Amino acid sequence: MSQPALLRLSKVSKRYGTVQANHHIDLEVHSGSIHAVLGENGAGKSTLMKLIYGVEQPDSGHIYWNGQEVHLARPSDAQALGIGMVFQHFSLFETLSVVQNVSLMIPGKPAELAQKITGLGDQFGLSVDPHAMVHRLSVGERQRVEIIRCLLLNPKLLILDEPTSVLPPQSVRRLFETLRKLQAEGMAILFISHKLDEIRELCDTASVLRGGEVTGRVDPREHDARSLAQLMIGREMPNVAHAAPRPPGEERLRLNALSHPRASRFGTALDGIDLKLRSGEIIGIAGISGNGQQELAALISGETRAHEPGMIEIMGKKVGHLGPMARRKLGFAFVPEERLGRGAVPEMSLADNSLLTAHSRNMLSRGFIKRAAERAFTRECIQAFDVRTPGPDAEAGAMSGGNLQKFILGREIMLNPDVMLVSQPTWGVDIGAATAIRRRLLDMRDQGCAILVFSEEMDELFEICSKLHVLHKGHLSPALDAAETTPQEIGRYMIGAET
Amino acid sequence: MKLRLIRRDSASRLAMFTAPVLALVLTCLASLVLFAALGKPAGAALHALLLKPFLSWYSFSEVLLKMAPLLLIAQGLAIGFRANVFNIGAEGQFIVGALCASSLPVYFPDGDFPMMLPAMIAFGALGGTVYALIAAALRTRFGASEILVTLMMALIAVQILNYLLLGPWKDPRGFNFPQTVMFPDNAMLPILFDGTRTNISLLFALLASVFAYLMMQHHFRGYQLRTAGLAPRAALYAGFSAPKMVWLGLGLGGLAAGIAGASEVAGPLGQLQRSVTSGYGYAAIIVAYVGGLNPLGIIASSFLISVIYIGGDSATVSAGLPVAAVEVFQGLLLFFYLLTFTLIRFRIEIDRKVPA
Repeated sequence: MSQPALLRLSKVSKRYGTVQANHHIDLEVHSGSIHAVLGENGAGKSTLMKLIYGVEQPDSGHIYWNGQEVHLARPSDAQALGIGMVFQHFSLFETLSVVQNVSLMIPGKPAELAQKITGLGDQFGLSVDPHAMVHRLSVGERQRVEIIRCLLLNPKLLILDEPTSVLPPQSVRRLFETLRKLQAEGMAILFISHKLDEIRELCDTASVLRGGEVTGRVDPREHDARSLAQLMIGREMPNVAHAAPRPPGEERLRLNALSHPRASRFGTALDGIDLKLRSGEIIGIAGISGNGQQELAALISGETRAHEPGMIEIMGKKVGHLGPMARRKLGFAFVPEERLGRGAVPEMSLADNSLLTAHSRNMLSRGFIKRAAERAFTRECIQAFDVRTPGPDAEAGAMSGGNLQKFILGREIMLNPDVMLVSQPTWGVDIGAATAIRRRLLDMRDQGCAILVFSEEMDELFEICSKLHVLHKGHLSPALDAAETTPQEIGRYMIGAET
Repeated sequence: MKLRLIRRDSASRLAMFTAPVLALVLTCLASLVLFAALGKPAGAALHALLLKPFLSWYSFSEVLLKMAPLLLIAQGLAIGFRANVFNIGAEGQFIVGALCASSLPVYFPDGDFPMMLPAMIAFGALGGTVYALIAAALRTRFGASEILVTLMMALIAVQILNYLLLGPWKDPRGFNFPQTVMFPDNAMLPILFDGTRTNISLLFALLASVFAYLMMQHHFRGYQLRTAGLAPRAALYAGFSAPKMVWLGLGLGGLAAGIAGASEVAGPLGQLQRSVTSGYGYAAIIVAYVGGLNPLGIIASSFLISVIYIGGDSATVSAGLPVAAVEVFQGLLLFFYLLTFTLIRFRIEIDRKVPA
């Protein structure tokens, strides 16, 4: 190519302890191109972005900017060159307004900044009220604020880390239009994702990462999702056709006009939620986190008590006033979305983490812990659920998110629950493990367990659920038949266009 | 080149044993420099601090005497600390334990009933427990910080002690000294070794250690307490009752401190006097942490701290060390211990910059 690449990486490697996160990565990004970095969780995408943005430094290799070698010791070095990054988790202060947040990073008078914010919004379809308080903004609007904040630094390269993972389908469309406009202005965009369809639609180049190495450089428009996935996971895509559920049996969980005030200013109040879950079915709760998912899950698990016992029924009993242990005794099990610190104690061994909820499985004798039983249960769980770990003595905090999720899910499944609540079952889990987890949930369903799944991944919900609800601002939509509804309809509920 | 801390896959057993030793060595080196800078004979001072207590049976027995209350209180406190229940006012519970126990011989100075001593211990235990549970009630009912409440309640206990000793409980034949009557023989703890002051309260402390070990390492209740301390949200998720942990953590700490207070008046003091506020309750906090909040570790740390107490006394005499220097020595020990403690969970990696 005649013109040197805007950004070029040559044999860049990074190692954390025993883990080779990036190995001899070569990458070229050109102005006016939307370049996808595609890979599973743990493939090394985040590490690579940290190296480019100056958060971490490579152990070896070279980074060139416009043909000149550069050393990025800190993010401000990268920003000075013209690299901007929008992180997956937003870094905005909720108690400040949009313009106040922007002025923390960008010099200038608030009035001028507000004007610039509105100007950029008009130009690139990023409309947002500069004087709105951030905690009142939707997730899509917050993301626009982050992008605007980057654009105000006049970047030549914009990095977006999993930008669509938090957006409803309609907002994804809008984001793509913005990115195409930026591309037309000559900006280079690095688009990190594991969603194949989006990449095929948006990007003109894709670098595929697997196990810390680049395994392919392709034009994603010329490949179908299956072949991209094969590059990404290194083997055939697992088959996702599942047997249809049998007709559901008796009622196992019921919510009766469940309402609950918000616990803090930034919490969500729940308003009159009705739900029926029967044996042998999986019901999905779609919606973007922060719309009452955490509050609802904690009310069903008993971590938060409901105001009236009758608001929640498990196995036909009124349980709103009971704590988690009493609900577990009735046959309830729960996999929370936070694995470390809630689903497991980081400083304790896996064996001791089994005890957390499985103590009723003959692990105690007069209150004393039966170490042999504890270890036997843990070993069984490690084996049955393919948890990659040295053994029951390994500490939970030292495990990867996906492995820990398999352990926690396994522990709860081994309790043989009659009703199970699973929050974000495959967050941060690689495709292989995610497929295995969904397979397990379906097996549970076929054995007659009643399962409620909270998830942000719509594909996942459509794959395993027979009925879907959408939770939006504390309201639950009516039950939608998964076979009849469409992602677009779900999306309308997600943004509150339908109630 | 830079140093980095990398989290270990699991806590290192080796580091668990070497950390305290390393801390002691570093403390000695630092104090040698310090003592020399003060113009004191550094070698002689260290000799007095660390070796003298072992050189005669009597001074060793004094170490054991000091160790008994420190060990007992620290075991009780550590149970709460593991559950993030920070009882800082064990000194107050210790004093109230001593007061309650003393009430019997004060009101029945000639009381010749055989149950005198067991009743005193029971009173002390009850007094310490109830006094600590006031903080538990305030924390669970109103969310008042137990750190502040227990600390302030310790100051109140001192004032109650002063009031009783200057008023109603003052020995009428005591030349107006603020102290009670001398206790009768049947109100005194039996001596463990003839010719020393070491009494059977050391056995109470060792028994408490066994109890703490069994509960914290092998019983589900101890597991719940540890979970509540390490990951409060995991405890909530599992359904362990948070208020119960507060009641238990504070109650057991108060119980141990109360018994230690009773043993102090029924042991080396032989009467209730102001010097009962000797700071055991505060020192036990250090003992608990230096012992890694581990029941076995606390046995070792209470012994070590007692040695330094006794050694410190002799160092002020024989090496002319100021009392403050002895306290600095204790402070250094805690400081270096916390420093080396990190090695149990982390390992140090030396990061050599690869030439670009």
